[in-house]
Amino acid sequence: MTCLPGHTEKRLGLVIDLDTCVGCQACVTACKGWNDQGYGAPLSDQDAYGAEPSGTFLNRVHSYEVQPFEGAAQVVNFPRSCLHCEDAPCVTVCPTGASYKRHEDGIVLVNESACIGCGLCAWACPYGAREMDADAGVMKKCTLCVDRIYNENLPTEDREPACVRTCPTGARHFGDLGDPTSEVSLLVAARGGYDLMPDLKTRPTNKYLPPRKKDARTDASLLAPLLDLQAVGLAGWLDRVLGKI
Amino acid sequence: MHPAPSVILFTVLSGLGFGFLAFLTLGLVQPQGLAAFLSFGLGYALAVGGLVASTFHLGQPTRAWRAFSQWRSSWLSREAWVSVAALLACAPVALRAMGGVVPGGWGLIAAVLCLGTVLCTSMIYAQLATVPRWNHWITPVLFLLFALAGGAILAGLRVPAGVLSLALAGMLMTAFRLGDGRFAARGSTLATATGLGSIGTPRVFEQPHTGGNYLMREMIHVVGRKHSQKLRAIAVVSVALPAVILWALPGGIVSNGLAVAAHLAGALAARWLFFAEAEHVVGLYYGQR
Repeated sequence: MTCLPGHTEKRLGLVIDLDTCVGCQACVTACKGWNDQGYGAPLSDQDAYGAEPSGTFLNRVHSYEVQPFEGAAQVVNFPRSCLHCEDAPCVTVCPTGASYKRHEDGIVLVNESACIGCGLCAWACPYGAREMDADAGVMKKCTLCVDRIYNENLPTEDREPACVRTCPTGARHFGDLGDPTSEVSLLVAARGGYDLMPDLKTRPTNKYLPPRKKDARTDASLLAPLLDLQAVGLAGWLDRVLGKI
Repeated sequence: MHPAPSVILFTVLSGLGFGFLAFLTLGLVQPQGLAAFLSFGLGYALAVGGLVASTFHLGQPTRAWRAFSQWRSSWLSREAWVSVAALLACAPVALRAMGGVVPGGWGLIAAVLCLGTVLCTSMIYAQLATVPRWNHWITPVLFLLFALAGGAILAGLRVPAGVLSLALAGMLMTAFRLGDGRFAARGSTLATATGLGSIGTPRVFEQPHTGGNYLMREMIHVVGRKHSQKLRAIAVVSVALPAVILWALPGGIVSNGLAVAAHLAGALAARWLFFAEAEHVVGLYYGQR
């Protein structure tokens, strides 16, 4: 049913720390790797070793340069995937009921056996979270690794999304954002986590943590003390003589 | 947005067909016998042909029947229902017309369903907040005017067809002008898309992938906008031209045929631009629109 559940028991989602993300693309690779097996149609590639390779990914990492109001410009790496919105426009536009939001945990999923591949949900999503698989002809999107997080065959520490599990800098966090006492909710509160494009009223579950304020440098170069070299010998004599002319 | 030929053909042909069927079922033209058979046949062929074309862009066309299930939330699903209801409602009117009977109250219901289908089609686009150019009342108005003007031309109603064609040309120019300011008016920028506006001014440093992907092919279709200004002029002139043809030339199959051809050419150009000029907010993440 493509009507939204209104209220969900949990609000599972990701918190992405733009301060610690180094843009290594490990989450992209881990996501692609995990979603090539098991749940749903595998994420396909076209012309993978040819001149124009293209493929389906559920997670993309952008890089932006931000020029702060004062000080030097900085690079911000920006992972972009499904935000599992509370008012998900991709769900309500679906004509077949293939696109749905789960009542129990708020995860937005696609029932691939009912998807006709019309692409309207991808048009309705502001975040580019959905990509049509050119091989399977159905819409693919982040499942929040629904086949990992509840999987009792996996060790406890692996029961989180592949992107979170693999992130080498701990920039990705997974949890229940509907519970104000959960670790992710406390993190969002402490770091001022925010929504993407709040003006479009999609009420995303996932939150982004802004880059922390950079330390202000007090001297010209951190190496400056080391660069204050005193010339000795012939060079020292030259330095003294030429300095007097 | 990617101007897929199947979707352009679908919206133009089925719009024209349902517009014509509306004029026939309202009894504004009353062909009888063989003429009724041919007229309704043409209306059905255009409407059904368009609907069939629309399935060509589906990834899984054999599951198209599932699109009937979500009428409570989805305009695409509503379109499926209303279009089938319209095609069914037109059938008894068509059969009676072939026997020489004038359409009555039932014809009015059929006409409302025909125009309702066009309205549902337009709402599929107008509902999308992600495409500001479409997300406006002018989208359904434009789609309905296309159907009515095209239907009147096919019906051979010279005076209403001319008036509707001129109204359509005017509305098309208004839509172009309004549409150009819609993206800026929505206020979505790379700063709101990334939330990085709070610390400074963001710009794209490096793209997330070096090859193309579905999003870029589907939502960032820049090449289609290359001849926008020329196509705009062609579209506006072509949809207005039937007024000149029908009012200046003597009546007959030749002038009617010319009017239909001009309207179709204008409708196809306008519909190409409707997609090609529409900018999706996801382009912001790529620094493109």
